Amino acid sequence: MSRFSDANLAIADDIISRYPVKKSALIPLLHLAQEQEGYVTDDAMRHIAELTDTTPAEVKGTGSFYEMFKFHPVGAYMVNVCTNLSCQLLGGEELLDHAEKTLGVKAGGTTADGMFTLEDVECIAACTEAPCLQVNYRYKLRISHDEFDEMIADLRAGKAGDIPEHGTLATIRQSIPAGMGAGIVPPEEASEAPVWLARNDSPDGES
Amino acid sequence: MPTHAYVPHAPGYVDNDGPKIVTSRFPHEDSYTLERYEATGGYDGLRAALAKKPSEVHDDVREATVLGRGGAGFPAGVKWGFMPPGKYPYYLVVNGDESEPGTYKDRLLMERDPHQLIEGCLITCYALGLAQCFLYVRGEMALAQERIAVALNDAYAKGLVGKNILGTDFSVDITLTWGAGAYIVGEETALIESLEGNRGMPRLKPPYFPAAIGLYGQPTIVNNVETLSNLPWLMLNGPSQYKTYGSEDSPGTRMIAVSGHVNRPGVYEIEQGVTTFRDLFYSDNFCQGIREGHELKMFVPGGGSAPWFFPEQLDLPLEARPVGAAGSMLGSGAIMVMDETTDAVKAALRLVRFYARESCGKCTPCREGTTWEERVLQRILDGEGRPSDIDMLLDIADNISPGPYPNAADPSQGLEAVPFPPKQTTICPLGPSSVAPITSTIRRFRHEYEAKITKRDSIPVMAETSEGGS
Ligand SMILES: Cc1cc2nc3c(=O)[nH]c(=O)nc-3n(C[C@H](O)[C@H](O)[C@H](O)COP(=O)(O)O)c2cc1C
Ligand code: SF4
Ligand code: FES
Repeated sequence: MSRFSDANLAIADDIISRYPVKKSALIPLLHLAQEQEGYVTDDAMRHIAELTDTTPAEVKGTGSFYEMFKFHPVGAYMVNVCTNLSCQLLGGEELLDHAEKTLGVKAGGTTADGMFTLEDVECIAACTEAPCLQVNYRYKLRISHDEFDEMIADLRAGKAGDIPEHGTLATIRQSIPAGMGAGIVPPEEASEAPVWLARNDSPDGES
Repeated sequence: MPTHAYVPHAPGYVDNDGPKIVTSRFPHEDSYTLERYEATGGYDGLRAALAKKPSEVHDDVREATVLGRGGAGFPAGVKWGFMPPGKYPYYLVVNGDESEPGTYKDRLLMERDPHQLIEGCLITCYALGLAQCFLYVRGEMALAQERIAVALNDAYAKGLVGKNILGTDFSVDITLTWGAGAYIVGEETALIESLEGNRGMPRLKPPYFPAAIGLYGQPTIVNNVETLSNLPWLMLNGPSQYKTYGSEDSPGTRMIAVSGHVNRPGVYEIEQGVTTFRDLFYSDNFCQGIREGHELKMFVPGGGSAPWFFPEQLDLPLEARPVGAAGSMLGSGAIMVMDETTDAVKAALRLVRFYARESCGKCTPCREGTTWEERVLQRILDGEGRPSDIDMLLDIADNISPGPYPNAADPSQGLEAVPFPPKQTTICPLGPSSVAPITSTIRRFRHEYEAKITKRDSIPVMAETSEGGS
């Protein structure tokens, strides 16, 4: 039951059309699968394999390399606390300890109600704003322990603001308007020199 | 009030007094919109480029000596020249995977000025005759992905990207793509593997540059987000103007993130080669000193992979050559500042743990070595270390990176600098990067290690079995 929905199948086709080789769409399609179910299911991987002319084993082989893909259900909100060096210097570990107490789970664990998964993560590129974290990949910067508790209480109360459910990354997608694209073709169909390079050979640079 | 201040809509960025090449629009709240971009000279760099021959655009980039801002500092114009002629199609892969500890500037550039990056990509594709551009954004950066998606959609709708750009014969598509959490994918050949739908593991070298064999086996240029973000300004103002900023070897500006124990941590656009570490940490225009009542103990000058510096290195300019000669690198433009309250062993362990977690496992010295480094450091920190552990760490380090490892001079011990870069037995520089925190701290703060070592070497047989050996 977790092949792509019709709406997502249309999105998947659109994503695939933006690569010269179908297999290049694997990671974006795994994200789409995760967006649909909150994690990546075996059925979704079979469907992705069909769409990209690969095998389910190849899809899993690629997907399992990347930390963001989850192959079992996780909390509706991933709470990722950074403890890398810049954050460690300014309370990142203490924030993680506090988060473990507030949520009642160790890093890596999911709360019993399935609301939160807590993770101890590497640098999230906000080092000057330590201590910091991401909730479903949305930033909370220079966050105090009290603010952390408030944030958790708000999320429990259904006040998520701009934070989508786990699995959704960008809420806006690229889409190339019909007739506006240059034309994405497999490499073997693009072996001619691009036309504008002829300008290099003309005296005035026009072609 | 002076203009230099935090910018609320761009958390982390500090608008200091000084020339701005890539962050000039950041003070505008709507800097990421096409409207603001066009109102502030946007896409005029592309127009200027299109008025020239492609080869002349390449000449300008070569002439300006635009150094790569992703880590290695290789001149873009030279790298562009490595593509074998006639082997079409050629591709552009933009490295927006930014994950090096301490580093962030590409994220700000993507969130705050996505059109500038898109324009830089277009200029590159025009100059080199590239068939398609892939903009690879780190998976965890949802806002950057959204901002670039909107920017691309708007630019396509206006004929700025895609078919017959600005009504000319120049046509190219830009595909936004994104990762899923793996630091090693920032290494350019791993990035290409990831883009081909594979596990992100670095390829064997040679070829040393994907310019020879890259995406789908075709010649491919990989450039960093900040590198390409310089190009619109360069096209509009020309190489000689570009070179009025910075030094002769390192022209232009650079974005530097300074984090840790300074009064005003932040991301600053600075002039390369002229600004010193001391200026950056202590001056009012930048970080305004080490936090109250404390003093500088050490700093990582170029992202987690760089050997550490100490107060003696403060007067070096932020420029590749002197920093390399002094034993480290500017790398990804990230400086982590630590005051005297910092435990050197603990700080080293945190970075080593990062490399142990992120090793892709393809080569043994890195896969096994980083695991052991972490384990030994952890037991020293836990008070379970043995006197031989220090030599053991150095021995593991030597397996990954043989010979003297790059390090700063330490006049108090009569030690001279060992210049950058390190040697490596591994496929990529990730393994050797794990060595930097270890040798930097053992060389300088051996006493801190020794003070933590409480066990004796005469009991290792018991200890070995109780720890499970492998
Ligand atoms: C382990 C590792 C991680 C890297 N991560 C990044 C990164 O996140 N972003 C980046 O631009 N370059 C990164 N690099 C450097 C790239 O391999 C490559 O040199 C760079 O993207 C080239 O662009 P530039 O010449 O414009 O700097 C990394 C290199 C290594 C070895
Ligand atoms: S050095 Fe480490 S990260 Fe690099 S290829 Fe080898 S195992 Fe992978
Ligand atoms: S170290 Fe925590 S965000 Fe970079």
